[in-house]
Amino acid sequence: MSTTVADTLVLARRAVMRIVRAPDLLLAFTVQPIMFVLLFVYVLGGAIETPGFDYVDFLIPGILVQTLSFGGFATALGLAEDLKKGLVDRFRSLPMSRSAVLTGRTLADVATNSLSIVVMLIVGVIAGFTFDAPITNILLGIVLLLCFGYAFSWFFAFIGLASSSPEAAQSLGFILLFPLSFISSAFVPIDSMPAVLQTFAEVNPFTIVVDAMRALFLGTPAGNNVWGAFAWSIGIAVVFAFLSIARYKRAVVR
Amino acid sequence: MAADLAIEAEGLRKSYKDVEALCGIDLSAPAGTVLGLLGPNGAGKTTAVRILTTLLPPDGGSARVAGLDVVSEATELRSQIGLAGQYAAVDEHMTGAENLEMVGQLYHLPKGEPKQRAAELLERFDLAAAADRLVKTYSGGMRRRLDLAAALVARPPVLFLDEPTTGLDPRSRISLWETIEGRVADGTTVLLTTQYLDEADRLADRISVIDHGQVIAEGSSDELKDQVGGERLDITLESKDEAPAAIAALEPIAAEPPAMSDGLLRMPVRERKGAIAEAVRRLNDAGVGIDDIAMSRPTLDDVFLTLTGHAAEEADGEQSGEER
Repeated sequence: MSTTVADTLVLARRAVMRIVRAPDLLLAFTVQPIMFVLLFVYVLGGAIETPGFDYVDFLIPGILVQTLSFGGFATALGLAEDLKKGLVDRFRSLPMSRSAVLTGRTLADVATNSLSIVVMLIVGVIAGFTFDAPITNILLGIVLLLCFGYAFSWFFAFIGLASSSPEAAQSLGFILLFPLSFISSAFVPIDSMPAVLQTFAEVNPFTIVVDAMRALFLGTPAGNNVWGAFAWSIGIAVVFAFLSIARYKRAVVR
Repeated sequence: MAADLAIEAEGLRKSYKDVEALCGIDLSAPAGTVLGLLGPNGAGKTTAVRILTTLLPPDGGSARVAGLDVVSEATELRSQIGLAGQYAAVDEHMTGAENLEMVGQLYHLPKGEPKQRAAELLERFDLAAAADRLVKTYSGGMRRRLDLAAALVARPPVLFLDEPTTGLDPRSRISLWETIEGRVADGTTVLLTTQYLDEADRLADRISVIDHGQVIAEGSSDELKDQVGGERLDITLESKDEAPAAIAALEPIAAEPPAMSDGLLRMPVRERKGAIAEAVRRLNDAGVGIDDIAMSRPTLDDVFLTLTGHAAEEADGEQSGEER
């Protein structure tokens, strides 16, 4: 167990170093979220009706959830690259923990996701976002964001191991996640959607997590959403961690 | 098992979907020796290495490396082996030193040792000057040296080198050979796959020739050469038109009828002693001009051609993908 922790830290350090050294990737965690916040608030927001909310207040919890769910794409990219370059063969021939390559990368995502949260909250506040909740709820909201992001890191780990190239991993991840994140309460109230989409949006975990975030940041009624949101995060993490580790053990170079 | 065998495999089988990559091969290497696996692309060499390094479970048969079973004792085995692959498996986004330190940490070397080993190996592999440069700025030869260095970080007693010199320039190749010879002199057992005959000839104590997932011949380089026959004279004539006259003149002293191939007149000799002088005298008497004449032993190329009916380095296009 202690070797798993040690190996995880070695590989998490490697993944973080990679991002720090490749400014193009760093942009994905800083400039890109800023761009989306500004785009939605100032370009699209004026045309979206959100009864009871300023659009910026409505948007920030939603766009945080969406951005965090995509944060794990670095894991998909990194794993697909390690497979392609033969590094996975090297790691699998070493007397190291069988899961550390994955736990290391997903842990590194937590660091970059934290950076994204800070950047987006600063931009959000400048654009007019105001918290309306006790500090404990706000902190719980940030923990929820990190949990949800971590869960999707495992989703991306599986995508990275299952696709044929880094490019394929990236597009596959985006194709699966975009509809899921947009057909939710993240950007528009779901009662503005056609009936079929509404039905989907209501059971979509993104809606549950976004609603929980609004409750935690804005003091809206939460119902069971906060518990539901944590339950979904844990469920997604467990399922995809299981699938990814099983896949990693059989992974061979392409 | 025999106590002194560092690598032993019996009846290893592996199939991918409907392709049989290994159809029951036996391998063995005594500790401190080099076993060469020689064969063309798609012969099954990489699959054999994958099984012996615990990356792939065999469908049948069994194998032990350093006395440990590759399936049931895989975890213990991994600390006893080093692997350098066809693809230089190093991280481009880290420096050479960081790569080796990381590998040392993942072998769980005692604190401080990964750094020290990294410095030693970078020095030995002529990479000290590039130690703090990102690997993506390295040349192909430098990456390959770093990859081999990574396999040596934990001083493993058994080393697997999968086509270590494929794609290297001649100078890098020779320096890599010297490094491998140095490890063997220190007692390391090496399994080396190659499609280059000169490489197997120079490095390997025993050679297993593999084709289509089967061992088709096994022995030392000399033993394999003996299987194809003895020495011969290679003669370059001043004019190829004189070949019939030359063949007629040499026939009486040849073990088998001389024949032209690739512009060379090849004549298997009965006895080495005096063969060159006799051949020159006879060709002189027949008025045939000689440009060059030399005694040659069969090469592993000849061995391969005789055993398989095709040359070892011939691109085997339809199969080249299946080892993956």
